Amino acid sequence: MIEADRLTKYYDKHTAIRNVSFTVEKGEIVGFLGPNGAGKTTTMRILTGCLPPSSGTARVAGFDVLTDSLQMRRRIGYLPENVPLYTDMKVTDYLAFVAEVKGVDRGRRRQRIGEIMDKCGVAKVRQTLIGALSRGYRQRVGIAQALLNDPEVLIMDEPTIGLDPRQIVEIRQLIKELAGQSTVILSTHILPEVSMLCHRVIIINNGQIVAVDTPENLTAGLQSSTKLRIRVEGPVNQVGMALTQLPGVLRVVAEDEAHLPAGQAGAQAGETTHSFVVESERHCDLRREASRLIVERGWGLLELRPADMSLEEIFVRLVTKEAQEARA
Amino acid sequence: MNILAIFKREWRAYFASPIAYVVLTIFALISGYFFYSLLAFFSLSSLQATTNPGFGQGLNASEWIVRPLFRDIAITMLLLMPAATMRLFSEEKKTGTIELLFSYPIRDWELLLGKFLAALALYSAMLGISLLDIAMLGSLVTLEWGLILSGYLGLLLLGMAFLGLGILASSLTENQVVAAVGAFGVLLLLWVIGWSTEAAGPTLGPILSHLSIINHYDSFAKGTIESRDVVFYLNFTLLCLFLTLRSLESKRWRG
Ligand SMILES: Nc1ncnc2c1ncn2[C@@H]1O[C@H](COP(=O)(O)OP(=O)(O)OP(=O)(O)O)[C@@H](O)[C@H]1O
Ligand SMILES: [Mg+2]
Repeated sequence: MIEADRLTKYYDKHTAIRNVSFTVEKGEIVGFLGPNGAGKTTTMRILTGCLPPSSGTARVAGFDVLTDSLQMRRRIGYLPENVPLYTDMKVTDYLAFVAEVKGVDRGRRRQRIGEIMDKCGVAKVRQTLIGALSRGYRQRVGIAQALLNDPEVLIMDEPTIGLDPRQIVEIRQLIKELAGQSTVILSTHILPEVSMLCHRVIIINNGQIVAVDTPENLTAGLQSSTKLRIRVEGPVNQVGMALTQLPGVLRVVAEDEAHLPAGQAGAQAGETTHSFVVESERHCDLRREASRLIVERGWGLLELRPADMSLEEIFVRLVTKEAQEARA
Repeated sequence: MNILAIFKREWRAYFASPIAYVVLTIFALISGYFFYSLLAFFSLSSLQATTNPGFGQGLNASEWIVRPLFRDIAITMLLLMPAATMRLFSEEKKTGTIELLFSYPIRDWELLLGKFLAALALYSAMLGISLLDIAMLGSLVTLEWGLILSGYLGLLLLGMAFLGLGILASSLTENQVVAAVGAFGVLLLLWVIGWSTEAAGPTLGPILSHLSIINHYDSFAKGTIESRDVVFYLNFTLLCLFLTLRSLESKRWRG
């Protein structure tokens, strides 16, 4: 549904994106991740025909964005970054205008606008001037205009930014419901959103794609070790030593209990709770061994849970690795 | 029909902002004042003509009122129309709404034409206001309607040229003031170069005279519609619209 082939865009001499290639299959939801200025918006603008690439080609919904732009634009919905809408129009009038230029059948227009307003939760502000809407409602109107023409491909630049938590859940639900029929590509800075919504993730940094994979594979693949977080009541040094001696352990890091008042900590002379992060070899599950050890020694086991690498960590690692390589 | 959709939106936008009201009111005031003072002068002169037999035979209202009124209207339009065109593209560029427009299945020329026609409709509404003065005059004295018709045709063509240049200026900047001042400045320049044609010498003179946007209006004022003047205004408008299309295209290119 979306095929980007070696897209490159220069702004004057500055390279916004370089050789960006990826494909998105029909019905997929793909998340576009990257730090500020990575080139997400630039790529999306190219895919919507707002901005021609300096080189490379892209096909969206089966049509080339440069040569068949009009056909392509009939089949997409676009939510730009800052949701630019006509502030001097009422919500219904605005949606009526968009329905007309997007070629929604005259007979179906009223019904379709009604449906979309209900779906996006803007029905109760239908007679409000867009300029008087709150940020979240403007965002919803932006999403509504993107969906009006039942787009085959939906391109959304940070769709949940500025929404309250309840709205975020609703909009995510809305996007999820689109999966299967529509192809969705969305950019976001909220990483849990990606694991929740997206079938695949494209991570872009400095204008280049660093990783394309499912959220699960990304988290699994980049982990070189398994981590356990353990909270123990007992003498810090002895516990640390004992944990280090378990089979397969690479490293044990004690985390300071900074929140304990100094006097109290001193009074108990090391007999208090400590957190440890136990790093062991990949695919080596130490939970049974560690808990048995602690209980046998008569210490108190307060907490034991796997400390998986979060998508945040993956993201930061990928992005900084790139930066280091670039510097080297 | 995309042109119609754009047209309707722009027309509403004119009245959603104070622009249309301000432009229409000011035009009504100024053209009304011109009309009134021309009428007063005319009646005074007619009175003199009847009491003083040596003073000309039967004054002609078309020549004494209508023709100078049309010229005054043309100048008023020169002042006002840049205000009517300045926001057409500048505002969309500034607020970013042009990005969404570009993602809709609208051809650039449909977008341009919709906007141009909305501005032309506003301009026609202004001419309509002046028609009230003329109609009132028509009920008092006999008028040469042919002259009036050709005068209005000339004003319409002249207005299209004003609007074309205004839209071009608007597409070149995202600052509305720059668009208005730019359009006004160029129009004024094209107006005044007609004044210095004698001083400019035998080669440059005719060129300046040809470029002068108001010299081509003379034939309409006289009631003789010359095709070369019609063609001048149409060409001028088309050139501006063509350049605007190129500018929109380059807007796409530069982002
Ligand atoms: N119109 C422009 N003119 C010049 N440079 C631009 C323009 N638009 C973007 N850039 C540059 O291109 C690069 C990519 O920008 P882009 O907006 O695509 O980033 P992004 O990934 O969307 O960032 P963010 O997360 O902040 O939205 C940036 O370095 C930016 O400065
Ligand atoms: Mg962006």
